[in-house]
Amino acid sequence: MTTIAELPPGFVDKVLSAQSTFRSVMDAMARPGSVQRIVPMAGTPDTMMRGTAAIALTLFDHDTPLWLDARMSESSDVLKWLKFHTGAPVVPDSSIAAFALIGDGGALPSLERFALGTNEYPDRSTTLIIQVDSLDAGRSFELRGPGIDGVATLLASIKPFDLFERLRFNETLFPRGIDVVLVADDAVVAIPRSTRVMSKGG
Amino acid sequence: MYVAVKGGERAIENAHRLLANARRGDQSVAEVSLDQISEQLGLAVDRVMSEGSLYDRELAALAIKQARGDLIEAIFLVRAFRATLPRFGASEPVDTGAMRVQRRVSSTFKDIPGGQILGPTFDYTHRLLDPSLAQGFVPEAPAVGEASTAPTPRVTDILGRDGLIETSPQAEDGASVGDLTREPLNFPADRDLRLQNLARGDEGFLLAMGYSTQRGYGRNHPFAGEIRFGEVEVEFAAEDVGFAVPLGSIELTECQMVNQFKGSATEAPCFTRGYGLAFGQSERKTMSMALVDRALRARELGEEVGAPAQDEEFVLSHSDNVQATGFVEHLKLPHYVDFQSELGLLRKLRKEFAEASAEANAPDAMKEAAE
Amino acid sequence: MNAPAYNFAYLDEQTKRMIRRAILKAIAIPGYQVPFASREMPMPYGWGTGGVQVTAAILGPQDVLKVIDQGSDDTTNAISIRKFFAKTAGVATTTSTDEATVIQTRHRIPETSLHANQVLVYQVPIPEPLRFLEPRETETRRMHALAEYGLMHVKLYEDIARFGHIATAYAYPVKVNARYVMDPSPTPKFDNPKMDNCPALQLFGAGREKRIYAIPPYTQVVSLDFEDHPFEPYRFNAPCALCAAENSYLDEIVTDDQGSRMFVCSDTDYCEGRQAAGHHGALSAAPYKDKAQEASNG
Repeated sequence: MTTIAELPPGFVDKVLSAQSTFRSVMDAMARPGSVQRIVPMAGTPDTMMRGTAAIALTLFDHDTPLWLDARMSESSDVLKWLKFHTGAPVVPDSSIAAFALIGDGGALPSLERFALGTNEYPDRSTTLIIQVDSLDAGRSFELRGPGIDGVATLLASIKPFDLFERLRFNETLFPRGIDVVLVADDAVVAIPRSTRVMSKGG
Repeated sequence: MYVAVKGGERAIENAHRLLANARRGDQSVAEVSLDQISEQLGLAVDRVMSEGSLYDRELAALAIKQARGDLIEAIFLVRAFRATLPRFGASEPVDTGAMRVQRRVSSTFKDIPGGQILGPTFDYTHRLLDPSLAQGFVPEAPAVGEASTAPTPRVTDILGRDGLIETSPQAEDGASVGDLTREPLNFPADRDLRLQNLARGDEGFLLAMGYSTQRGYGRNHPFAGEIRFGEVEVEFAAEDVGFAVPLGSIELTECQMVNQFKGSATEAPCFTRGYGLAFGQSERKTMSMALVDRALRARELGEEVGAPAQDEEFVLSHSDNVQATGFVEHLKLPHYVDFQSELGLLRKLRKEFAEASAEANAPDAMKEAAE
Repeated sequence: MNAPAYNFAYLDEQTKRMIRRAILKAIAIPGYQVPFASREMPMPYGWGTGGVQVTAAILGPQDVLKVIDQGSDDTTNAISIRKFFAKTAGVATTTSTDEATVIQTRHRIPETSLHANQVLVYQVPIPEPLRFLEPRETETRRMHALAEYGLMHVKLYEDIARFGHIATAYAYPVKVNARYVMDPSPTPKFDNPKMDNCPALQLFGAGREKRIYAIPPYTQVVSLDFEDHPFEPYRFNAPCALCAAENSYLDEIVTDDQGSRMFVCSDTDYCEGRQAAGHHGALSAAPYKDKAQEASNG
């Protein structure tokens, strides 16, 4: 049992760390496939990576219902840390979540179970934050779409293996859809719903 | 040599210095104090608190002083300050039935439990300018009577006991109350958000909208069920304490309109309600608000919607005087880039028009010459 | 009295989080207007509160900020907003388009090409491109949902029938990434082509109307037109009288009460840069009046 005093700390400088982390995430979202680094560091509870923790401190609060996968929610430290530092309510229903934290991509539920937004309000969708093994080595992917000058190449080792195939539903759903932020330690890559990803040469 | 205008920064600083002097006026005249504003211009303070949606007499008085008496500017100052305040939560609902009433009138019954209380009102004053007020006026001491201990139930509650008026819909326990300063307004809006919008809304706008319903643009047959003004307690339920903590008391004006009845084959006819609430003594505001609230309920009550006051999107989008004055006054800002664009287009269209006219006339001229 | 104490870049952290979330959604759905809980700012609605909130939410101590209004760094509202951020965030400011990392603008896109490490923040008065065709937001929201933009084409076509041209000179509607019709804010249509495939991120903030939208870098932005009436950017007949630029947007300056006029770059940084680099226009060496007199004497 961890007491609040024993919880890993949040940002040292709340204001400037959140700003710096946001700019990394914003740049990632604006330039899909580009690898952005999260510089400010906070304590990380258990299964949570450094990048994930910084994003949580930057974007989550009372107004953002959170859904955690089994890997994330099995740790009471993660739950306590999130509640103490962000105040975000953890919800069991993934379809009302503003953000979903995925610790084990292999067990990612069907994407239809998250909020996809409506045609009137496509912004009312869940943003998935998925922790992955690597964002600089692994299979090679080609990305096209807004934010990309022609084609971007991403090397990544991710689970689920078919994540990008599953994300193709964004093409037919648009403007509804799911935006994804991939995190590997302090590296971040965003795949907004407007990005088309192809596996390069198997 | 032509040089683009520079020195805007100096100009701004100088303008603001000039403003400070204009605000102070002739310095041989005594400066007005915040106490004087709060005590002697109390209704202006009440309006600034209501539409500024911040209950703080001292800050409202400061805003009025800073704004040189321009109340919309003062409301803006208060709002901008309010936006920076941390938010701890929402208070418990105030009980206006338990109000320590200073004034209370009903137009629907001759006498009501607790009595009609005129209180401090302009009503029945003759609007004759009073030169004795110009200086040194000392009012006669107010008449004092025994404080009444009789309860003063709300007139609508009396009607409600007999089922003659619709029940006020009760929110579910624990349901959150909307706040349009934290979430952008979407349409259609629920009544909590509509009422918040109207409570912050411009008194003049609501007055005109309410008035228009009386003149037939969405008439809803209002009776002033009750207007009451007085003090109520505000309590805050602190999660970690486990009970409601009193925060203090505030002055409120509440107006409940009793309106045109509804009913159907399955529902007994009963009166309907329009509701108005504001900080301080703000009767015109709350009465107007109640008329507009009722008008905006037209769709919910199955009435025909057509009049401006019944048009939710129109009313709620234009009621806020801080938004309205900002956008109207932004026309003062330079627009010469857009204007140049229009000018260029207009010159081109006029040139083409002139050329086309010349062409159209030319064959006629030749024809005439041939004849 | 409750003495005010203000945060870095004025906004409190909760407000910044809310705006930041809206910005991410806006980037993910190019051209879609994301509703956000716009705050009351210490400057009037309609004077740049949306742009100011967006800038405040992204700005950091390492940023270099440029603020322009009508293309100029020295217009009063640009000065006022620049001072606001210099005071509340302590950021470095510049008038150089090239040096800036964040540029807040009203009514213009700089002439100097933007680069990938920049964010252009537009102040937007009316974000809804369909507003003046259909004032109800409930209706326009439905039209965007269905990508039903016939009304806009009808309006543009009626212009052609009446005037022979599309009679929209500024705030000329565009289609972003082949999906959303978007209002570019009241920039002259001269600037529209600069939005297409732009290396910089473009963010739009409408404070009073409570909307944020975005164009990610390298995104297709097409000005609406017809095959037989293609979009034409506005062109000037003469070069800038100060720097001789032939492809910049010009302000018309009335120089006397006889109707004399001169045309100079609206982008003051661009114009000054060209003059410093040795480009001189017809009227840059001598006061206009003297020139005019010379001309009449000669």
